[in-house]
Amino acid sequence: MNKILARTQLSDDVYMMRLDAPYIARERLPGQFVILQLDNEFGERIPLTIADADPVEGSITIIFQAVGKTTHILADKQVGDSVQSVLGPLGQPTHIEKFGTVVCVGGGIGVAPLHPIVKGMKAAGNRIIVIVGARTKGLVILEEQMRALADEFIICTDDGSLGRKALVTEPLKEVCGRIPKPDMVVAIGPPIMMKFCAEATRPFGVHTMVSLNTIMIDGTGMCGGCRVTVGGQTKFVCVDGPEFDGHQVDFDNMMQRLKAYRKHEDHAHKQCHLNAEIRSKESITP
Amino acid sequence: MSHSSPETLALEARQELEGLLKRTTPLTPKERIAITAQEMPTQDPAVRRRNVQEVALGYTPEQARLESMRCLQCRNAPCVQGCPVRIDIPGFLKAAADGDFQGACSIIKKNSLLPAVCGRVCPQETQCQEHCTVGKALKSVDKAVSIGRVERFVADLERESGSAVAPTIKPATGKKVAVIGTGPASITVAADVRREGHQVVMFEAFHKPGGVLVYGIPEFRLPKAIVQKEIDALTGMGVELKTNFVIGRTRKLKALIEEDGFDAVFIGTGAGLPKFMNIEGENLVGVFSANEYLTRANLMKAYDFERADTPISRPGRVAVLGGGNVAMDAARTAVRLGAEEVHIIYRRTEVEMPARIEELAHAKEEGVIFHLLENAKRLIGDKDGCVTALECLRYELGEPDASGRRRPVEVKGSEFIREIDAVIVAIGNDSNPLIPRTTDGLQTTKWGNIIVDETGKTSIDRVYAGGDIVLGAATVILAMGEGRRAAASINERLK
Ligand SMILES: Cc1cc2nc3c(=O)[nH]c(=O)nc-3n(C[C@H](O)[C@H](O)[C@H](O)COP(=O)(O)OP(=O)(O)OC[C@H]3O[C@@H](n4cnc5c(N)ncnc54)[C@H](O)[C@@H]3O)c2cc1C
Ligand SMILES: Cc1cc2nc3c(=O)[nH]c(=O)nc-3n(C[C@H](O)[C@H](O)[C@H](O)COP(=O)(O)OP(=O)(O)OC[C@H]3O[C@@H](n4cnc5c(N)ncnc54)[C@H](O)[C@@H]3O)c2cc1C
Ligand code: FES
Repeated sequence: MNKILARTQLSDDVYMMRLDAPYIARERLPGQFVILQLDNEFGERIPLTIADADPVEGSITIIFQAVGKTTHILADKQVGDSVQSVLGPLGQPTHIEKFGTVVCVGGGIGVAPLHPIVKGMKAAGNRIIVIVGARTKGLVILEEQMRALADEFIICTDDGSLGRKALVTEPLKEVCGRIPKPDMVVAIGPPIMMKFCAEATRPFGVHTMVSLNTIMIDGTGMCGGCRVTVGGQTKFVCVDGPEFDGHQVDFDNMMQRLKAYRKHEDHAHKQCHLNAEIRSKESITP
Repeated sequence: MSHSSPETLALEARQELEGLLKRTTPLTPKERIAITAQEMPTQDPAVRRRNVQEVALGYTPEQARLESMRCLQCRNAPCVQGCPVRIDIPGFLKAAADGDFQGACSIIKKNSLLPAVCGRVCPQETQCQEHCTVGKALKSVDKAVSIGRVERFVADLERESGSAVAPTIKPATGKKVAVIGTGPASITVAADVRREGHQVVMFEAFHKPGGVLVYGIPEFRLPKAIVQKEIDALTGMGVELKTNFVIGRTRKLKALIEEDGFDAVFIGTGAGLPKFMNIEGENLVGVFSANEYLTRANLMKAYDFERADTPISRPGRVAVLGGGNVAMDAARTAVRLGAEEVHIIYRRTEVEMPARIEELAHAKEEGVIFHLLENAKRLIGDKDGCVTALECLRYELGEPDASGRRRPVEVKGSEFIREIDAVIVAIGNDSNPLIPRTTDGLQTTKWGNIIVDETGKTSIDRVYAGGDIVLGAATVILAMGEGRRAAASINERLK
């Protein structure tokens, strides 16, 4: 049982929570994640990046978007409530060292897992260029925190409601075209965004690291459900990743695999909204 | 094989036993051999194909006694030689034949901690029952005394009647032992070490304890309530259980000894690394490892479509690659999830199949289709990346290999296409590398199995290991036997 110590809503459907998890807080490094389960009998196990940790308080922070049943129910939980299971820290930590200039690209909720990496890269003495993108202004998260860490900060939205009206790949190409070119790119966001970021940097030959969000169950290398094809080889995202060389990842295969249970998920999600509606109606009628 | 109803089997056994009990002279060996071999009552195949309840229903008391009376009480007890933990088999069968079921169970428990589990899942036909004189006399291992079924009966009776006596625990020694994993090896170590008065903490990566017994072996073969009872017995003895705790990540192994004050550590982390075939198309949508498929179905309860959040694919035509227990479990799970056709594809013949004979028979009864001397060469997908077919090759048996099994050789140019909607890869497991990778100085073989000496000790002082992480994917009884050995060494070390 892990108690919820704090809860904030960051945007329309993005939430930040601090959970009591002393062991995980002590061991965790940037780039690692937890697997969380709300109900040990029938609940699903979902992976979420550890956005931050406080080893002294013994807490970790997660930032998540309510996209389906489990994340919706989690979003409804309040301070003082508990999460039944939290397992971690899982995955390989980000390889952080002084590379020189590092471009950090975050799309949508991807800014959450990107944040601890930016912090780590900055602390290692890198010059940081941050590119943040979202569909629209209301979906931008952690803008202030990212701005504070960046030596150069670029923000863009698909509809132009905040910053430049562009996809993140546009400024990314411009930055890669500079002389001298950046030493490294880290891109985290929806799979399609990571795919196109990798395509954007490929002609420039800039090493591009992506963080893959495949479907997972155990998170310890036991099931192979999270497997992806990287450089023609099968890798398990939960133990070999989640970060990989974006130029080597077979994104099309990964995106197809992510859709494997779409029908089931849509059904569960709809049911969850229906139940929420019923609940809110019940609470209105005296 | 025709299905006899449990009622018929019970009635026939009662009548036969009554006849035998009326006798005043002891049974001759010939007469014992003539006693009807007791068939295991099972759920009707047509019914059980649609439920997850246990298939084998267990003997009646009369059946258990009759079956035990078949034992000739051979002085040299060849069956005991075949038992990895050397249970006094003639001894417990004698007690059971006399109707002293509690006595029979106590005899088994001297050597085995988990009779209700082992009675169900041990490959008896290649262990104790293979050597049984009755089976030899009747020229078929199928006709051997069903030692495992009697074992199961007496263990179930003890559990259900609540007559098990809690083990006595010696006074606290102030010593502390960490047990990593909660499979059969670890359960055994925890019990044996705790009994000596040491404090025991078990660490399990999953949210539920039991290892393969809960995440792999399906409910219809091993009810989870039985495993839970064993765990409850441990916690009842004062063993502490920490779930959602993965050693190597949540805490490093060495920190347990150096910082957390554990005096010894046992590693029983199993063989949880699924092997794939490394053929084209293996990452298509609709291709699963048996571990993934079975974990979704068992541990995450995906068979309960109404209540479980974890989805599971429910395709019409399923191909399962492999011929062991894992393959049978995956195939029979697919049947229960509503597949129209389930195909097992295995590159040798039935004789070489490592699965328990009973599982093979049950799978056939449930309509699983077997394709022997055949193997997948590549998997074919559609434009959305979903698997739609297998390209298969035919095989024939060649010369025996190192293991003595005849080596399958592909028939050149025999490729053909088999259309399917999902593929489950069940060709085995390697050892989970998480602990070796995060623990300096822990020696492993080139296959990743932890190396131990004859006492179960690893290359690190105070660190012991056993079960599948040492043996590679093996069996429950061997894991338990290894646990026994390591526990004895730990208890010795802590004296
Ligand atoms: C290593 C890793 C780190 C992640 N970090 C974060 C994070 O910090 N914040 C965040 O909001 N999300 C993160 N995700 C994604 C998050 O796990 C999914 O959004 C979540 O599982 C959805 O669960 P659900 O029941 O609410 O939705 P569902 O209805 O189950 O699914 C909705 C969508 O989420 C995807 N999804 C479903 N199950 C999983 C799963 N087990 N793993 C990945 N994707 C899944 C589906 O493809 C679907 O598109 C991460 C994923 C991985 C693998
Ligand atoms: C589907 C299937 C069917 C089988 N059928 C049979 C059968 O019929 N008969 C038979 O005799 N055998 C059978 N086996 C084999 C048998 O189950 C195993 O040999 C046995 O369970 C091994 O026991 P173990 O204690 O070594 O490990 P396991 O049972 O594998 O348990 C290991 C446990 O350790 C946990 N763990 C792993 N790493 C860590 C870590 N770093 N930190 C904390 N916890 C960790 C795992 O989550 C797991 O719970 C079957 C196996 C499978 C997969
Ligand atoms: S989630 Fe099971 S192996 Fe990665």
